[in-house]
Amino acid sequence: MNPSATPTAIPPHWQNLVHTGVPDSEPVLNSLELDLDVDLHFKHSLLLLTSQGLLCLDALGQIKPFPYQNGSALRQHDHAGLGTLTLFLGETRIAFWRYTLSLDPAVQRFIHQFDRLRDSSTSGLPLVPEVQACCEQCGADLLEGHCPQCDNAEERPPSTWTLLRLWRFARPYRWQLLSGFLLMLASTAATLVPPYLTMPLMDKVLIPYQNGTPIDTITVSWLLAGLFGSAMMAWGLGWAKTYILALVSERIGADLRTETYEHLLKLSLEYFGGKRTGDLMARIGSESDRICVFLSLHLLDFATDLLMIAMTAAILISINPWLALVTLLPLPIIAWMIHKVRDKLRTGFEKIDRVWSQVSNVLADTIPGIRVVKAFAQEDREATRFRAANASNLQVNDHINKIWSLFSPSVTLLTEIGLLVVWAFGIWLVSRDQITVGVLTAFLAYISRFYARLDSMSRIVSVTQKAASGAKRIFDILDHVSSVPEPTSPTHLNQISGRITLRDAGFRYGNRAVIKGLNLDIAPGEMIGLVGHSGSGKSTLVNLMCRFYDVSEGSISIDGVNIRQLPIAEYRGNIGLVLQEPFLFFGSIAENIAYGKPDASRAEIVAAARAAHAHEFILRLPHGYDSLVGERGHGLSGGERQRISIARALLIDPRILILDEATASVDTETEKEIQKALDNLVQGRTTIAIAHRLSTLHKADRLVVLDRGEIVEIGNHDELISRQGAYYRLYLAQARNVDADIDDRAENEVIV
Amino acid sequence: MSGLELQLQRDPSGQLIYTDAAGNEHHNVHVVRAYPISAPDEGISLLGDDGHELIWIATLTGLSASSRIIVETELATREFMPKIASLKSVSSYATPSVWKITTDRGDTTLTLKAEDHIRRLNDTALLITDSQGISFLIADSAKLDRHSKKLLDRFL
Repeated sequence: MNPSATPTAIPPHWQNLVHTGVPDSEPVLNSLELDLDVDLHFKHSLLLLTSQGLLCLDALGQIKPFPYQNGSALRQHDHAGLGTLTLFLGETRIAFWRYTLSLDPAVQRFIHQFDRLRDSSTSGLPLVPEVQACCEQCGADLLEGHCPQCDNAEERPPSTWTLLRLWRFARPYRWQLLSGFLLMLASTAATLVPPYLTMPLMDKVLIPYQNGTPIDTITVSWLLAGLFGSAMMAWGLGWAKTYILALVSERIGADLRTETYEHLLKLSLEYFGGKRTGDLMARIGSESDRICVFLSLHLLDFATDLLMIAMTAAILISINPWLALVTLLPLPIIAWMIHKVRDKLRTGFEKIDRVWSQVSNVLADTIPGIRVVKAFAQEDREATRFRAANASNLQVNDHINKIWSLFSPSVTLLTEIGLLVVWAFGIWLVSRDQITVGVLTAFLAYISRFYARLDSMSRIVSVTQKAASGAKRIFDILDHVSSVPEPTSPTHLNQISGRITLRDAGFRYGNRAVIKGLNLDIAPGEMIGLVGHSGSGKSTLVNLMCRFYDVSEGSISIDGVNIRQLPIAEYRGNIGLVLQEPFLFFGSIAENIAYGKPDASRAEIVAAARAAHAHEFILRLPHGYDSLVGERGHGLSGGERQRISIARALLIDPRILILDEATASVDTETEKEIQKALDNLVQGRTTIAIAHRLSTLHKADRLVVLDRGEIVEIGNHDELISRQGAYYRLYLAQARNVDADIDDRAENEVIV
Repeated sequence: MSGLELQLQRDPSGQLIYTDAAGNEHHNVHVVRAYPISAPDEGISLLGDDGHELIWIATLTGLSASSRIIVETELATREFMPKIASLKSVSSYATPSVWKITTDRGDTTLTLKAEDHIRRLNDTALLITDSQGISFLIADSAKLDRHSKKLLDRFL
């Protein structure tokens, strides 16, 4: 492979400086644009790799060369979103550069290339070829030619025409919608008949009567029958249309809710970690309801109004174009007003939504934590917090209402002025014998309806905005691509043996690297104990193995297949998980045990419970396996709940078993019980156990000692003890029965 | 001004060495603030390479001038919380949104992933965390110019 096999294009705005500054004899093999200077200002500089060494180019075109030397090395570390790249010679710092963490993958690759070029330059040997196809952006393994990390990173804001996207949910009901629309058309037409009939009633009956002609009873009966008939038609058709469309919109709302919830369930734990329960509940519950109301009531009304306006306009123009023109004049003015206010109201309603979720967040925080609130007697504080959230709700609402309250009367005023103009112009036309009195009456009858509709139409602005912001918040969930995506062309493993391989696995939580460059090979059936003080990355590692998160660097494979290539549900079906705080759902004990395998027979459930040493205590309960357990398993002790969760893991007969501090929250006596249950569970399965108490890990084949996201020691208990390293210190600390902590050297604490 | 004198040196690799009262040398010492946002000058801690606290400094003013310079220089190289002076433009009012901003450290862009990444510190101060985890501070949102305030208001 030639040196330019992995070239990084020099950014265009650097081309000139590079051409003038770097001699042609030294071709640039790699470049890295940094976005910060040493004083942490946003100023760009460029690092280049040539066959001779590293060059640093600043914005003024000044070049500092750092030739390759034996023992020169680039190293990178980061803290709080800020990265530092340091060039060392031996242990001496030669130079350092700063960058923001967005460049981190590029920096890692740059370091990698630096190492290759330095090795080749100092040894005189050709370049070591690259091993695996890696992503250009982040260095992760490519899957099907795409990088699983970077393809996800691309995010677009949702479009402003969010409401149109509801069509996706409306599509299944398009025939009902069409018939509803036709009914709407007919019923609107029916409502327009009565004013039309006032014209002959006036011109052919009343005015001739005033002029001495007797009333023609037959014509009058016909006209009155027409009025009655059209009213009945409008009633019947209106009822049918409202019913059909309400039915459809209710279904659309339900579909929306269900789909949002289903999508939400598929999102990774990362998403849930960053969201608050109250907010998510509000989105799925009330927002979808608001959209539903919008569809069934407001949108329907609006469409009817639009139709009515169009039809009225057509009728008016057909009767008298000039009067029609004058009548319709205020329409564009009102439309312009609506448009003006729309923007203000939209931002306002988005604000109200946010403030509203603040209010529900206070509730969602306090109610589950009510014991803490009461224990610390902070009811008043929480009440104040709620009041404050409500106050800001009021404040935002007040602001909106100021605009809003001005809006409606203004429309009414315009209506009155419009009527005035029609009267004036109409009287003038009548006086010039251009139109009859009947025509003027019909016009007035039409436009009083017409303007009344305009008034209610102006209301559509706010409800549309409300519904649109609601839809946006729902689509925020629907658009969120799971950071743990399903593979596009999944590989299926029929029978997995349980070999887990971690290669250079790394994981970042926010800007904190929690797992760094982890390599571990776990044989089928092996039991691994993960040891380390809290915060060393044990639980994160387990979460990565379960694919609750995806690694940000490197890969995790099972039986040699990257776990990203396996369908998620199929993969997790092979994993049994026992957590420190077992979660029991509301339902019977049997249902809880069979959670991972709902079709399990009663005999299977009992067998699993027996193996988990849960059988006997379950039998002692008044309703046995049918006993109900509450949300957090009220009525059962910690050990009992734990054994139920072990039975749950046993029932699915997983090849891989993960025990995350399974015995941490129970007393020693119960622990023994659980331990017996666990021993049954562990047999023949690849097991990864996290335990704070080292005594629980005696059976482990290998112990992996983690410290700050890195493996510091691997070996069995005896080896690690004889090595007298980190594990030994941990073991001694526990043996002394003091708080366990790797290298506990807490001393020299001075308070200034 | 006299105060506590800390035995701090820098080794060739650029790392701090702290010699404690008992004469033990600690390499690769980190200086961190306990309250970087609410009280940056109170509660400074020196952490050893293993993450254990070596010494707690109640206030920066309690240090001797020379120690204080070293501590402050070290903090300055680790701390990166650009203060937003103004918002020039935002790509959209819906998140994720890319903001073009001017900070006390120059012009840059930040990507706001979700509105909840804006944290209210008090009535006027805001802390904005971008998609890379960099925190940007708005010390007083009331003092921003009209345009910036208008843009920012859409996200609050």
